[in-house]
Amino acid sequence: MTDAVSHAPGAVSAEPTGRGKKPFLIKKIPGFVTIAILCFILLYFPIATLVLYSFNAGTSIAIWEGFSLRWYQSAWQNEAVIDASIRSLQIASVAATVATIVATMAALATTRRKALKGQTAVFAMINAPLMVPEIVTGIALLIFFAWIKIYSGYTGLAYLIAAHTAFCIPFAYLPIRARLESMDRSLEMAAADLYATPWQAFKRITFPLLWPGIIAGFMLSFVISLDTVVITELVKSAGQDTLPTYMLGQLRRIITPEINAISTVFLVISIIAVTCVFLLSRKKT
Amino acid sequence: MVAATDTEAPPAAPAKIADAAAQGRDVRNRWLLLMPALLILTFAAVGPLLIVLVYSFLEKGDYGGVIWQFTTEAWFRVVYARDIFDGTVSFADAHISILWRSLSLAFITTVLALIFGLPTAYFIATRPENTRQLWLFLITIPFWTNLLIRTFAIMEMIRNEGIINVVLMGIGLTSEPIQMLYTDFAICLGMLYVFLPLMVLPIYASLEKLDFRLVEAGYDLYANRLQVLWRVILPLAKPGIIAGSILVFIPSIGSYVTPRVLGGGKNMMIGNFIEFQFGQGRNWPLGAALSMVLMAMVMVALLIYVRAVTGKEQARD
Repeated sequence: MTDAVSHAPGAVSAEPTGRGKKPFLIKKIPGFVTIAILCFILLYFPIATLVLYSFNAGTSIAIWEGFSLRWYQSAWQNEAVIDASIRSLQIASVAATVATIVATMAALATTRRKALKGQTAVFAMINAPLMVPEIVTGIALLIFFAWIKIYSGYTGLAYLIAAHTAFCIPFAYLPIRARLESMDRSLEMAAADLYATPWQAFKRITFPLLWPGIIAGFMLSFVISLDTVVITELVKSAGQDTLPTYMLGQLRRIITPEINAISTVFLVISIIAVTCVFLLSRKKT
Repeated sequence: MVAATDTEAPPAAPAKIADAAAQGRDVRNRWLLLMPALLILTFAAVGPLLIVLVYSFLEKGDYGGVIWQFTTEAWFRVVYARDIFDGTVSFADAHISILWRSLSLAFITTVLALIFGLPTAYFIATRPENTRQLWLFLITIPFWTNLLIRTFAIMEMIRNEGIINVVLMGIGLTSEPIQMLYTDFAICLGMLYVFLPLMVLPIYASLEKLDFRLVEAGYDLYANRLQVLWRVILPLAKPGIIAGSILVFIPSIGSYVTPRVLGGGKNMMIGNFIEFQFGQGRNWPLGAALSMVLMAMVMVALLIYVRAVTGKEQARD
């Protein structure tokens, strides 16, 4: 363990004070590396096990009986799973798109200029979904949407989409704002000096520069929408299961690796999205 | 709002008047840009919270729902119980124990997350600069993957037929599976697992800027490792530690999925208890009042956070 840090920069191993004696490293604190490694193992071991047993030939999630794709096949042929997946993807695409558009507008209005009066309240509002416990938001929407359902008679997907959109807004807003703040305003001012209309300046200058932030915001919202389970569970009407609520409903049954197979597909989608965000955010303006 | 123009410049010259008008237009445009986001948030996130507040002051309907009559009964019921026959008042033990259990589980989770998170953040901060991003990325990946799936992963591991018990019995450490699922231990483990990144990231952010010459100075002045950790590193990491602790505590106290999956039906936390009141419990006003209690706990945590952050800034000035 200790060898892992001995080549780190900042190591003051000036004089070898004796043969076999370890150099004194100012950055080293005993036990920290061990705990950190343990932490990474703790983070990945359960996920890795989950993925591994999705390929199990047997019905157990702990005893390995050989490699097989039977659970992926069985999930693929399960109509309830396909139905819920399609619904999840529909909601996530619409919610993430709308959330990204309105978050981009909000970010343009709240960055790089003198703060608006009441901007603190605006921030509080935008970040509210991050702070208010999901169960409270869910209960509130349950009551509110129940009223609307009674008066309008409409029971479609719009309620879930609205709830997901609101929940996604802060996740779209934060990376877009971060990107905007790292952008130089002088380019847009130059465009204005060259008689570009504000719309032209936005289309030709701001938007292309902002694009990576917008994609990052969209991907995060998409992942968050796929992830949202508490609000969905409370807001959905009968027969509107998304994949997470379907999985939650399966809890009482006997668990087979089919759940692992579904989870693995989900994990792959999330990891691809997050990797894209990581790569985009590393690109410099 | 539209009138909120620049007040510093008195509109003396015509050019300045034009300037002020342009600025007014700019402010108006910015509010217009904000409107769609604020409207969606008002209707589908923040506004409906007011309904919950109102419901907590109404009378409960017999089969769920509410009767539109003002009463503080639900708030009274949060901590007290009234005997149905003689009307004597006593503490509602069940409610208090759920509130207490939620607070203590969230607290234990936060402490555990700190014990694991601080060394991890320190580890990342002391890596060579070009690999730090990668380590950070490894911390964030699990965070962005589905919370339900991560909870499932923990559940599958600690079940009686799960891999831990299979291995323990295989090597003969125990003859019968150890019951881990559906205990408070399971809930804490699950919350630690899903919220740990929220501790690591802010601590890393404050350690990243740590000047190791200070650590070196500490050693030069004959401090030992423990003293350097306690007197130099921890004080410098304090803003990150506070931020991380609050960020872990808030979702833990409001946790719903983890106690439901890992705690079974019996080991409820406040989030499950709220949902229960709107379902089988059929006491919507009580559920609404409990929601407000939960909100209040979150607000207190946030206030402590804001205090700690702004206090720090003032101290620097």
